[in-house]
Amino acid sequence: MIVVRAHGLSAICMVRRKKGCRAVIRLVHVSKTYPNGGAAVRDLSLNIEAGEFVVLIGPSGCGKSTTLSLINRLIEPSAGTVEIDGMRIADTEQVALRRRIGFVFQGIGLFPHLTIAENIGITPRLAGWERSRIAERVRELLQLVRLVPERYAARYPHELSGGEQQRVGVARALAAEPKIMLMDEPFGALDPLVRDELGAEVGSIHNRLNLTTVLVTHDMTEALLLADRIVVMRDGGIVQSGTPAQLVSAPADEFVREMIDNPRRRAMRLAEMLSTAT
Amino acid sequence: MNGSSIAAAWAVLPDYLGQHVLLSLSAILLGTAISLPLAIAAAHSRILREPVLSVASIVQTIPGLALLALFYPLLLALSSVTARAFGLRIPALGFLPALLALTLYSMLPILRNTIAGLTGLDPTVKTAARAVGMTSWQSLWLVELPLAAPVIMAGIRIAAVWVIGTATLSTPVGQTSLGNYIFTGLQTENWVFVLFGCVAAAALAVLVDRLLALAESGFAHRSRFRLLTAFAGVMLVVVAGLYPLAGAAERQVVIGAKNFDEQYTLSALVSDQLARVGIPANRRSGLGSTIIFRALATGDIDVYVDYSGTIWTNQMHRSDSPGRAEVLRQTAKWLTARYGILDLGPLGFENAYVLAMRSDRAKALGIRSLADLALYAPRLKIGGDYEFFSRPEWSKVANAYGINFLAQRSYQPTFMYRALQDGDVDVIAAFSSDGRIAEYNLRLLSDPKSALPPYDAILLVSPKRARDAKVTAALKPLIGKLNLSLMQRANLMVDRDKRTPEDVAKWLAKNIR
Repeated sequence: MIVVRAHGLSAICMVRRKKGCRAVIRLVHVSKTYPNGGAAVRDLSLNIEAGEFVVLIGPSGCGKSTTLSLINRLIEPSAGTVEIDGMRIADTEQVALRRRIGFVFQGIGLFPHLTIAENIGITPRLAGWERSRIAERVRELLQLVRLVPERYAARYPHELSGGEQQRVGVARALAAEPKIMLMDEPFGALDPLVRDELGAEVGSIHNRLNLTTVLVTHDMTEALLLADRIVVMRDGGIVQSGTPAQLVSAPADEFVREMIDNPRRRAMRLAEMLSTAT
Repeated sequence: MNGSSIAAAWAVLPDYLGQHVLLSLSAILLGTAISLPLAIAAAHSRILREPVLSVASIVQTIPGLALLALFYPLLLALSSVTARAFGLRIPALGFLPALLALTLYSMLPILRNTIAGLTGLDPTVKTAARAVGMTSWQSLWLVELPLAAPVIMAGIRIAAVWVIGTATLSTPVGQTSLGNYIFTGLQTENWVFVLFGCVAAAALAVLVDRLLALAESGFAHRSRFRLLTAFAGVMLVVVAGLYPLAGAAERQVVIGAKNFDEQYTLSALVSDQLARVGIPANRRSGLGSTIIFRALATGDIDVYVDYSGTIWTNQMHRSDSPGRAEVLRQTAKWLTARYGILDLGPLGFENAYVLAMRSDRAKALGIRSLADLALYAPRLKIGGDYEFFSRPEWSKVANAYGINFLAQRSYQPTFMYRALQDGDVDVIAAFSSDGRIAEYNLRLLSDPKSALPPYDAILLVSPKRARDAKVTAALKPLIGKLNLSLMQRANLMVDRDKRTPEDVAKWLAKNIR
C-alpha cells in the first residue's frame, strides 16, 4: 500500500516534471553552529522540488528542526546559503518571507487571546488584506480543515480539543495562500487516532493546493505514509535521501535499515494477527 | 470637641483629597510611562534586566519618608545648577519632590511584573508570532503585551496602592495630601484628625485597588465590560478628586508653617487676614526650619513666621548676642540684602528656646541657671524637638556652660512636655511662648552668659511677593499686635483644650482688634 501511494504521487510529479519541475527550495552547504561550539547542522545541501512532500526524519538532536527553521529564517545559518525560487533568502525581507511560507508547530502555538477566526486571519491581516476578504478566507479554511465555521469562528483556542487546535494551526499556516508549508512535528502532541486522521488530511490538502511541503518527524510510519521523499538525518547531516520505495528497498546503511525495519516488523506482525483473526 | 473636629476635617477634605488624587495619579502615570518601556527593554535584554531590577529594589528599601526628604536637597542642588546655567529655577518643595519620590516608589512592582509577564510567555507562542510574519513590534503589541496584560495590570495595581499610602508622607516636604490630617493631628494630639486621614487614605487605596483588580480580571478574561467599568470607575475617582482643585485660583499666596502648634495657628491667622481682603491662600504645614527658610527664599512659599534668633544663628551664623532690638534690626537688613526677603516686622512676642525643668526637681537640686545645671548635667537626661540638638544654639549653650548630659532624646514637642512630666527626661528645651510652661509650672533656667539669642517672631515675605503691595498691606496690621501672654493663651488652647489652630486663629484675630 505504501508503495502504491508513493508511486501515485511520484506519478503526479512526473506529470508536472514535463512542465519543468525545478527546485523551489535549495540549501547549499548550510551549517548552523552555536556560540557554545555545538553544531546543529553541518554542511548540509538539499534541493526540494515544487510540489514535493519531503519528510525530514531522524533521532532527536539530529538537526531536522533546525534545518526546517532555516527555510523561513526563524534561524539564520552560520554558513552556506538558502534559496527559494532562485532567490537567496538572506537578501529577502524576513517578515515578507515568513508571510509567504506557512508554518505549523508541534506546540501548535495558537494565540490564546485571539478567537479562532482572528488566529487564522492573522497573516492576511498583517499583510493588509481587506476585512471582508479575510472573513471569506477564514470561512474557506475552516471548511478545508473540516471545522464548521459557524461553530468555531468566534471561540477561543482553549475551548478546543488538541486535534481541533492543530486543524486551526494548519488553517492559520495556509491563510495567506503560501506555496510552501513547513511543519515541525505537527502531530507529535496528538493522540494516535487524531494523528492518523489529520495526517491523511494534510496529505490531501498538500495535493489539492499544490503545495511544497517539508515536514519534520521522528515517526518513520508517518514519514512512509506521507512522503514523496524521505530525508534521513543524523548528527546534523543527511544519511540518505530517497522515495519511500527506495528507502525500503535499499537503505543506505545499518542506521537507516533499523529505522525502516521497525514499522515494517510492526506492520507484518499486525497483518499476521489480522489474518489469523479473520 | 469631636463633632467640631469632624466638621473641620470635612471642610478641608476636598482640598486634601484633590491634592492627594492629583499627586498619586501623576506619580502612577509617570511611573508606568517610565517603567513599561524600561521593563520591555529589560525583558528582551538579559544584560539590562539585573541592573534595572536591582536599582528598583534598592529604591524600594529606602523608607518612604526618607526618599521624599532626599529629593529636597537633590532638587535644591539641581535648581542652583539650572539657575546658573539657564536662569531656570526648579521648585524644590511641594509637588515636584513628592511626585519624583512617589514615581520612583511606584516603579519596582510595575517593572517586576512586566518583566515577569513578558519573559514568562509560552515560547511557542512567541515563535508563532515570528512565524506568521510579525515584526518584533507587531509581536510585542499584538501578542506579548496583550498576553502579559493581566500580570502587568497586577503590578500597576500594587504600585497604585503603595503610592496612595506613601503619598500621605509628602506633607513634610510641603505637598498637601491626606497626610496633612495625620501630621497635623499628631502634632495637636487631635486623634480624630489622625483617624480621619488614615480612613480617607485607606478608603481611596481600597477603592482604587478594587477598580484595578476589575481591570486586571478584564484583561485576564478578555471581558470588555469589566475593562470599561474599571476604566469608567477610575475616571470617576479622578474627576471627583480633582474637581475641587479646578476652581482654586491659580496664583494663590502660599503660607508656610513649621512643625509645631504655634506655627499652625499663626499660618491660619495669616491666611484669614489675607482672605479678609479677598486674597486666596494655601497653607503648607509641617516644614523644618531650614527647609522653610529656603522655600521662602526661592519663592516656593510666600509668607511665614520665623524667629529672629533662628535666622541669626542658623542663617547668619552669628554667635554674639547684641540685644533684642539690635538682632531684629540686623536680621531685617541682612534678609533684604542677601535674599531680597521682606521682613514686615516683629509680631510682638518672643518664642525663645529656654531650658526648663519641673519645679520640684529644680528646687530639690537647687538649679536656677544654666551654670547650676552644668554641675548636675552628667547625671541628667535632656529632651528636645527634632531640630534642637542639631542647631548651632545647642552647641553654643553646651560649650558656653560646659554642659554634658547623660543622654539626649528627641520628641514631638507635645510628647516632650509629657516626657518631662513623666520623668523620662529631667530637662527640656522648651519654647517660651508655650502655654504649657505655666500649665505645668515649669522652672525656666536663666542664661547669665547670654548664650542664646532673642527669638522675636517676625513675619517674612518672599522676594517675589515683597513687591505685592496688596499682600503686604493686608499683613501689616498684624505687626506688633501679639503679646506674649496672648500667644501663650492661644497655644494652650490648642495644646491643652484641643481646639483646632483655625479656631484659635479666629479667637486671636478677635483679641488683637
